[in-house]
Amino acid sequence: MNEFFHLMKTELIVTIIIFLLLFIKLGKDIKNEQLLPFIQFVLLVNFIASFFYNVDGSLFGDMFYTNSLIAFEKSILSLGVYLISLLSTDWLKKTSHLPEFFILMLSALLGMCLLLSSGNLLIFYLSLELATIPIAAMSNFDLIKKRSSEAAMKMILSSAFSSGILLFGISLIYGITGTIVFAELPKLADGSSLFIMAFVFLFSSFAFKLSIVPFHLWTADVYEGSPIAVTSFLSVVSKAAIAFVLLTVLSGVFQPLQDIWYVLIVVLSVASMLIGNLFALRQENIKRFLAFSSIAQVGFILVGVSGNSNIGISSVVYFMLIYMVSNLAAFGVASVISEQTGKENISDYKGLYKNNPLLGWVLALALFSLAGIPPTAGFFGKLYLLTTGGAKGSYLFISIAALNMIISLFYYLRVVRAVFIDKNDQPIEKLTIQLPVKLALFVCSVSIVLLGIMGWIFDHIESLH
Amino acid sequence: MEPGIYHLLFISTALFFIGVFGFFTRRNLITMLMSIELILNSVNLNFIAFNKYVWPGKMDGLFFSIFIIAIAAAEAAVAIAIIINLYRSHQSINVETAEDLKF
Repeated sequence: MNEFFHLMKTELIVTIIIFLLLFIKLGKDIKNEQLLPFIQFVLLVNFIASFFYNVDGSLFGDMFYTNSLIAFEKSILSLGVYLISLLSTDWLKKTSHLPEFFILMLSALLGMCLLLSSGNLLIFYLSLELATIPIAAMSNFDLIKKRSSEAAMKMILSSAFSSGILLFGISLIYGITGTIVFAELPKLADGSSLFIMAFVFLFSSFAFKLSIVPFHLWTADVYEGSPIAVTSFLSVVSKAAIAFVLLTVLSGVFQPLQDIWYVLIVVLSVASMLIGNLFALRQENIKRFLAFSSIAQVGFILVGVSGNSNIGISSVVYFMLIYMVSNLAAFGVASVISEQTGKENISDYKGLYKNNPLLGWVLALALFSLAGIPPTAGFFGKLYLLTTGGAKGSYLFISIAALNMIISLFYYLRVVRAVFIDKNDQPIEKLTIQLPVKLALFVCSVSIVLLGIMGWIFDHIESLH
Repeated sequence: MEPGIYHLLFISTALFFIGVFGFFTRRNLITMLMSIELILNSVNLNFIAFNKYVWPGKMDGLFFSIFIIAIAAAEAAVAIAIIINLYRSHQSINVETAEDLKF
């Protein structure tokens, strides 16, 4: 019994918070100004608690298992949710359904935690649905905006379709092997053409959720239409969870097929980097721009996944942490500007530095880190990814990835130029940044600078498995 | 003639691709949702067929299909709520009216 509480600690805490919020919602109305700091505090507690009392083991006949790496991944996700709750303070204070928003967000987080721990295709499917359906409801949160409902419609239809494809793949796997337990599958995977077809179905559903290129069409629309809090949740937390699971599934369950999925990942990674970069060049809306840049970043993550080694797993986890703080800093700045002025276009950002030097610096730092310029952490993250990908020996692939880093530099620096150099007659006036937002931006910027230099973090991730 | 696994698998695969075809060609949101239900039901049929003919001793397939039915209902509930909200703002449930977000 004690083991149950230890192993499912993160999930239980998240569930308790969800119920707490439900009861708060049932009780008498509390003003958003009073409720929000409380929720932020609870999420901080959840993040800190995720570091303590982590034990390895499995429950329910191996349906649920956890180890120190999975616990670390869960704390990355909790950190992401906490930072999002701080960064979108402006928007959250205005929304009329604050508890519901966090109930949905934490349900998705619960789904992601279960997804990371799943040891069985049934739990895997259930938690994947728990992680996606609330996000679709969240993207509709600006109820009166036409764009928000359109984004939610696109999100729910594409995610339902992709889970249908996933299920078809799972049913074929069950038909071939007769088991849905992850640990038994590698022995029974026979590499027959039907099994490869099942694998392709399963992988394409992953590609849908991660927005890898041929399946990326929903990404930009959903990112642009949703409120920024939801966009950042989708592009950071949800993407990190699915990337971690993709790693465990590919290197664990589908290890016998590794020659096949290596080719698949190389092709999709090159396609994601190229298409993501080329489309990001011509975007005007900052959310759409970050959507395409995140598609390109997924291409780089796939380079690390293709390494298929322990060091590959640690480099992807490390990169996800860096990507999370960089992307959240960029979204945080975009959220402050969009909430107070309603401006979301890159051309509106011209001359931002003049009146808002702090926002300008944070945005520049985040974009430098996303582009991978040396002193920032993004460079080190990409360095590890390319090194692990290069260990396989296909230097053409790594060269294409490196070339794509140069292309991406062009459009990231275009925004930086707009912020610092371009002249504008009516630059954005001085904005007030609230304390929680300041705190989160500070945490993000410090992490962007320090995560790369402090090599012991990578060593720590490396020591976890 | 007693129906065998090939008949069932033929029906379920046909149902799956009818669903995919419907999802891509239909323009009414409710019909697209129905196409997704077709896909999910084809998966259910697959699981039941495999469970009965290939792995008669196991129960995993049956459990899986029961869970799929429950999740499909939850998904449809959220999707219909979103579609109703879309209808309020766009006065139509045709996908082509929802075209604010484009390249």
